[in-house]
Amino acid sequence: MFEKFDPREGKKLEIMNENGEITPINEIPLMNDSQILEGYLVMLKTRVADEWAISLQRQGRMPTFPPTKGQEAIPLGALMALNQDDWFVIAYRELSGWLYRGIPLRNWYGYYYGNEKYAHLPTNKYHTFPPSVPIASQLLHTSGLAYAEKFKKTGRLAIGFVGDGGTSEGDFHEALNFAAVWKAGAIFIIQNNHYAISCPREKQTITPTLAEKGFAYGIPSIQVDGNDILSVYGAVKMAAERGRNGLGPTLIEAVTYRLGPHTTADDPTLYRSEEEVELWKPKDPLIRTEKYLLSKELLTSEKIEALKEEFLAFAKEEFQSVETSEDPTIEETYNYHYKELPEIMKEQLKERKERK
Amino acid sequence: MRALTLLEAVNDAYKTEMRLDPFIVTFGEDVGVEGGVFRATTGIQKEFGVERCFDSILAESGIAGTAIGMAAAGLKPVIEMQFSGFAWPAFNQIVSHIARFRNRTRGAITMPIVIRMPYGGGIRALEHHSESYEAIWGHIPGLKVVIPSTPYDAKGLLISAIRDPDPIIFMEPKRVYRSIKQEVPEGAYTIPIGKAKVISEGDSLTMVSYGAQMKEATAAVGELKKLGVSVELIDLRTIYPYDKETIINSVKKTGRFMVVHEAHQTFGVGAELITKVVEEAFLYLEAAPVRLTGPDTIFPLPRGERYFMISTDEIVKNAKNLAFYSI
Repeated sequence: MFEKFDPREGKKLEIMNENGEITPINEIPLMNDSQILEGYLVMLKTRVADEWAISLQRQGRMPTFPPTKGQEAIPLGALMALNQDDWFVIAYRELSGWLYRGIPLRNWYGYYYGNEKYAHLPTNKYHTFPPSVPIASQLLHTSGLAYAEKFKKTGRLAIGFVGDGGTSEGDFHEALNFAAVWKAGAIFIIQNNHYAISCPREKQTITPTLAEKGFAYGIPSIQVDGNDILSVYGAVKMAAERGRNGLGPTLIEAVTYRLGPHTTADDPTLYRSEEEVELWKPKDPLIRTEKYLLSKELLTSEKIEALKEEFLAFAKEEFQSVETSEDPTIEETYNYHYKELPEIMKEQLKERKERK
Repeated sequence: MRALTLLEAVNDAYKTEMRLDPFIVTFGEDVGVEGGVFRATTGIQKEFGVERCFDSILAESGIAGTAIGMAAAGLKPVIEMQFSGFAWPAFNQIVSHIARFRNRTRGAITMPIVIRMPYGGGIRALEHHSESYEAIWGHIPGLKVVIPSTPYDAKGLLISAIRDPDPIIFMEPKRVYRSIKQEVPEGAYTIPIGKAKVISEGDSLTMVSYGAQMKEATAAVGELKKLGVSVELIDLRTIYPYDKETIINSVKKTGRFMVVHEAHQTFGVGAELITKVVEEAFLYLEAAPVRLTGPDTIFPLPRGERYFMISTDEIVKNAKNLAFYSI
């Protein structure tokens, strides 16, 4: 099926357009209405939680935070197409997938608030890696996880996320090649939001698409509308089938747009125009899904307003639990480097505690 | 018992542990069919199959990075960097992730990974094949750094490293790979990581060395004995976390301290050990501690190698001066 959407021929998978109209494509798995509604609720919750974090940062209550706004459909559509125990390996803009998987919002907030305890995610429960700051490094973890699951014959897959800028890193290419050579069940998602902090996608590479880089490694590769949860879902569903049948990895470039700054420390007005942002606002994944659900009378404007209030109250509560929780003890900042703290570090800890 | 070279002891440790633990996998460049460029993994693919011992693609960051995913999913990767000088493409994965996952996740994801790498000079090698960068690895929180000097220790320490729940940089002295044979027991045995070994007891001075340099250090101890200098020679064996107790106790007895290592001097292992000795045994010292090390030069190509390496004679001369120094 992927060959019908060869990105080198300018083809891109698009199922739901920005007016919220769905055009099913033969053989591409389609989300049903209850899935779309379920997805919408997670997207809305993500949007509200994300905006609350920005507001907290502006109030001085949250350190530097990377917003997700505009990209909610990608991790979410992807995880909805997978099993709960497939590995989810994130970069740092995958809050929607995080919430869909059932990981508490407080853990997302808490990691960025600055306490490692919130990155304690038991793997047998969540099969999720914490945010990975060194760009593209996490894709190699994805390949290794996929190898291990193949080795153990569990049928589990691993999905890894990276941004457009990350495709320039060596680890991106090594990860694709490792997974391909091993025929491992890895799925690689590029969230192409058009900017690596300030560097535009066009300056990152001269190839017309990022997806086509997968062909260099013999990996079926496809470009999808990343603001359309149905396109993401359909592509990942097909990639998962390949992976579970032992056919190896798939590369998916999900084209989207970062509606907010790179992080709260970034000023996007320095490198992109207001007109460009305005062009992308109507393509917002949340708005188009909302349009669809309203047209099908699966939602009402009143219900949406009520949900926003509910989610904001939820977000506030989750952040409050983070803000009022104890900071790490000094022992906690030492005790997790090794299973047992070496004598040298024990002495440093003692000295540090006694130092005046 | 049979006498094995250090390489054969590494191979024996691998096979011994892989027979006991079906989740151990090993990979790296040329590790599979060929058994590695030094043959450390000879026969492993044949005995354990291509899924447990295989050639990786030629990409060191990928070797380390994929080991992370494997470890998180319950495998026990023992990976090989073909030469320590080729490990730098993997530096980011090792420093930014392997060393940090336990702390980052407060113990949810741990990294029981062994990273083997031949190190050191004196073998007339090409560029990038002779370096001793243990101080760089030893500086990274979250890593342990182990360097055996004998076949017996290599097997016991590698088995300990494989069983250790934390990541270990296992540096193998390639100059010793085939140069000595030693009785090595069959079956599994361990040598504790973090414990040094007193090779010879003495009361004139304490000398710490490790890895390939132990050969000259040991020879020097014999020469010094003839000169009436009784050396307490300690094989450090673990660079981090190093065995402070053994060193300090020895210095308190001898009052004189010397470190000998092949690696560059500045910010090296000697710098750390001497600092610790001065901090904790200052009042016992009868002379300024001495470090006899490689220079801060890039390791020369073979025609200039001799300017880098440390000879037995140099150790003897410096140790004698230290032993007879009086304030």
